[in-house]
Amino acid sequence: MTNATFRIWRGDAKGGEARDYVTDVTEGMVVLDAVHQIQAESAPDLAARWNCKAGKCGSCSAEINGAPRLMCMTRLEELPLDEPVTIQPMKAFPSIRDLVSDVSWNFAVKKRIKKFTPRPPDAADGTWRMAQVDVDRVQEFRKCIECFLCQDVCHVLREHSKHDEFIGPRFLVYAAALEMHPLDVADRLGDLKDDMGIGYCNITKCCTKVCPENITITDNAIIPLKERVVDRFYDPVHALVRLFKR
Amino acid sequence: MSLDLQTFEHDVLVIGAGGAGLRAAIEAASTGVRVGLLCKSLLGKAHTVMAEGGVAASLANVDDRDNWRVHFSDTMRGGQYLNNPRMAELHAQEAPARVRELEAWGALFDRTHDGRILQRNFGGHRYPRLAHVGDRTGLEMIRTLQDHGIHAGIDVHMECTVLELLKDGERVTGVLAYDREHGRFRVHRARAIVLATGGIGRAYKITSNSWEYTGDGQGLAYRAGADLMDMEFVQFHPTGMVWPPSVRGILVTEGVRGEGGVLKNKEGRRFMFDDIPDNYKNQTADNEEEGWRYTQGDKEARRPPELLTRDHVARCINREVKAGRGSPHGGVFLDIAWIKEKLPNSVEHIKKKLPSMYHQFHQLAGLDITTTPMEVGPTTHYMMGGIRVEADTQMSRVPGLFAAGECAAGLHGANRLGGNSLSDLLVFGKRAGEHAAKFAKQQKGGSIDEAHVETSVKRALEPFERPTSGGENPYAVQHDLQEMMQDLVGIVRTEEEMRKALEGLAKLEDRARRVHVDGNREFNPGWHTALDLENLLTVSRAIAMSAIERKESRGAHFREDFQAKSDAFSKFNHVVRRGSDGSMQLAREPLPPQSDEHKQIIAEMK
Ligand SMILES: Cc1cc2nc3c(=O)[nH]c(=O)nc-3n(C[C@H](O)[C@H](O)[C@H](O)COP(=O)(O)OP(=O)(O)OC[C@H]3O[C@@H](n4cnc5c(N)ncnc54)[C@H](O)[C@@H]3O)c2cc1C
Ligand code: SF4
Ligand code: SF4
Ligand code: FES
Repeated sequence: MTNATFRIWRGDAKGGEARDYVTDVTEGMVVLDAVHQIQAESAPDLAARWNCKAGKCGSCSAEINGAPRLMCMTRLEELPLDEPVTIQPMKAFPSIRDLVSDVSWNFAVKKRIKKFTPRPPDAADGTWRMAQVDVDRVQEFRKCIECFLCQDVCHVLREHSKHDEFIGPRFLVYAAALEMHPLDVADRLGDLKDDMGIGYCNITKCCTKVCPENITITDNAIIPLKERVVDRFYDPVHALVRLFKR
Repeated sequence: MSLDLQTFEHDVLVIGAGGAGLRAAIEAASTGVRVGLLCKSLLGKAHTVMAEGGVAASLANVDDRDNWRVHFSDTMRGGQYLNNPRMAELHAQEAPARVRELEAWGALFDRTHDGRILQRNFGGHRYPRLAHVGDRTGLEMIRTLQDHGIHAGIDVHMECTVLELLKDGERVTGVLAYDREHGRFRVHRARAIVLATGGIGRAYKITSNSWEYTGDGQGLAYRAGADLMDMEFVQFHPTGMVWPPSVRGILVTEGVRGEGGVLKNKEGRRFMFDDIPDNYKNQTADNEEEGWRYTQGDKEARRPPELLTRDHVARCINREVKAGRGSPHGGVFLDIAWIKEKLPNSVEHIKKKLPSMYHQFHQLAGLDITTTPMEVGPTTHYMMGGIRVEADTQMSRVPGLFAAGECAAGLHGANRLGGNSLSDLLVFGKRAGEHAAKFAKQQKGGSIDEAHVETSVKRALEPFERPTSGGENPYAVQHDLQEMMQDLVGIVRTEEEMRKALEGLAKLEDRARRVHVDGNREFNPGWHTALDLENLLTVSRAIAMSAIERKESRGAHFREDFQAKSDAFSKFNHVVRRGSDGSMQLAREPLPPQSDEHKQIIAEMK
């Protein structure tokens, strides 16, 4: 049996340090297994979040060897084990303890986005008709497991801390899912421009690269939303038409 | 001891934010009462998020022969008639409206050609009945409820674990909880409480369940004086991953079989054809071709034996493995790749219909399910038993204490049909919320039992104070419990082994009282694990005691020493409650009576 060293950040909002733990490695193990083993063997109070252990709940986000990933979906076989594997909490959010960061900001942001508002039902029995092709596009966005890895990697939040002005890629995906929902009739374009700060995104696509659900965040969600915002607010012809419509 | 406790006030307090808890909270809030919601994890992470295959409702969008009566009779047959018939009736009648309501709240189910909600086949359901979104239905459901719920004025407290229910006389008046972040204790006062805490899977070693599933709701209710019913009926899902070891137990959705996946032993034989129970013979295909046609929507065809009920499929797999006909890592083969013989675009088709299974095997096992068979074996999945409640209101024996979802008992009897849990959450979550709100409006605020709070807090802190030497490691106790339950109270049971389990439980209970934890109270998983032990041990004991006394095989409960079903055992449910001396008591309660209509439907659809 082989073993490996894990260099795990231990600490809280006041500060901390990386500590080394050695544990056995068996076939097929993922990083989260190593964390659990370390808890059971040598660091019972090592704080970490997880639930499903199958990439479905988005709880176990961390930075593994510097890359934002789900611990439960990162196999040790993919990582060089001749050097320590570093595990750190998501940096774009305040620390709570060890691998657990304070993601409450995300929950507050979501509440600010106008909720789903359907058109009146299509049929007398109160149901709607939608074609699969129209649903497909939005279903991609609804795969989101709210791991917040995209939020973690986005430089607007991570480096520039624009948490008050910019909702981040996760919630642009959420807004896109609502805006492109075949039944939704609410209008969020003004909010996207102002309150949600879509203009801060300069399409670096870092968010798309880390998304464990392979949502094409930038191309399919953000860019079409940007286009809609531009059409509405910056297109001179449109602006004129709107003026007359008033 | 002077306690510095935070306190919160609600009319209705819901414990648990899975499908049942969210639905209950939304309903209660809609009546204008003040609603609080507590959960151990972050919002949207509860177990419901993991559900894959779908939600059962007789919408009749795909097969217009379906209706609530068929759904009712399927549910009763699946549960081997130990179900509460009134619950099965309400469930079948109300599920369609609850599913449509999700659509009105933004859920996007897969569609039929004419634009309605698509439904798929699932084990034990006569017609295609499961509304679904690929194989991530639970995510769609929990997100829809979450996104709707955050605008409903519910006071949400995430990462808070309830330790005790507090009573004023007979009635519940609040809870003692701690927040995981700081380890601080808090009291939530409420006039009515809804338990929606989910299952018990963590009592077993091989399970599809997360760390949250430690039987908290069952343990809390039991200590507060409620009845636990049908605790012998633990569902082992036939298809969990078996390799690599670290993923053992993770679920492989029944949807794989619904889409045409077949089970084979190492000889390549479809062994499910070898053993079809008599009461399902009429409805089951007797050749491979017919089975395939069924999965492709042919209304004339009967279902393949892979889609028989879970208890039966799990035992057949167990038998193949024990007989030495299993796969290399102790399972059997589940093959969906073979459909390439039937469908030219099979690779795309599989990826579209089973995206998260494709993803899961690709990433965790390095295996491509569009080309290679999977290895699967049984995994502890679902608890049919739980808190005994009134069918219409979901209130337990304790006034003001309601329960809904997996932690409640009654709907599923001896075995649950796939897809009937998600619909259960919606139907009875709503009912629990509605009746809890009604109850709350009729009550004056009660008082909080401070002595109870004080002793509970003291007990919760004891693991820190015990000496390190001679102290037990909470992870080790939990691990040993899981091993023991897996070995001695698992899929195939005998009296002798279960007696051993009871002795083992006594030792484990003793060890749990000596558990020591290091560190401080802030987000300390060692401490959390220690605190979870009491509930885990309570439900484990309830399972073992109930299982010993059921001297027959029925549904999910299989006794090697009593392999047949027995008429004598078809007339009652087992109920576990706390005796006046604090010990666990087992009683037989006669089944709730079936109405004439129930009897008639069952007879018609035999
Ligand atoms: C992998 C998998 C796939 C499944 N697929 C299907 C399917 O396709 N169809 C189907 O019908 N069913 C399926 N099931 C079953 C179904 O998902 C569950 O039975 C159902 O989601 C349970 O929902 P719930 O609301 O009762 O509880 P959960 O969703 O588990 O929620 C429990 C909640 O209670 C909270 N809680 C627990 N204890 C405490 C405490 N002490 N204090 C505070 N909060 C607490 C938790 O934090 C959580 O929020 C599946 C189950 C699994 C594991
Ligand atoms: S594409 Fe936009 S949202 Fe995504 S990481 Fe770059 S700046 Fe952030
Ligand atoms: S969009 Fe992707 S990366 Fe971002 S939160 Fe959702 S699943 Fe995670
Ligand atoms: S534990 Fe659920 S995504 Fe990793």
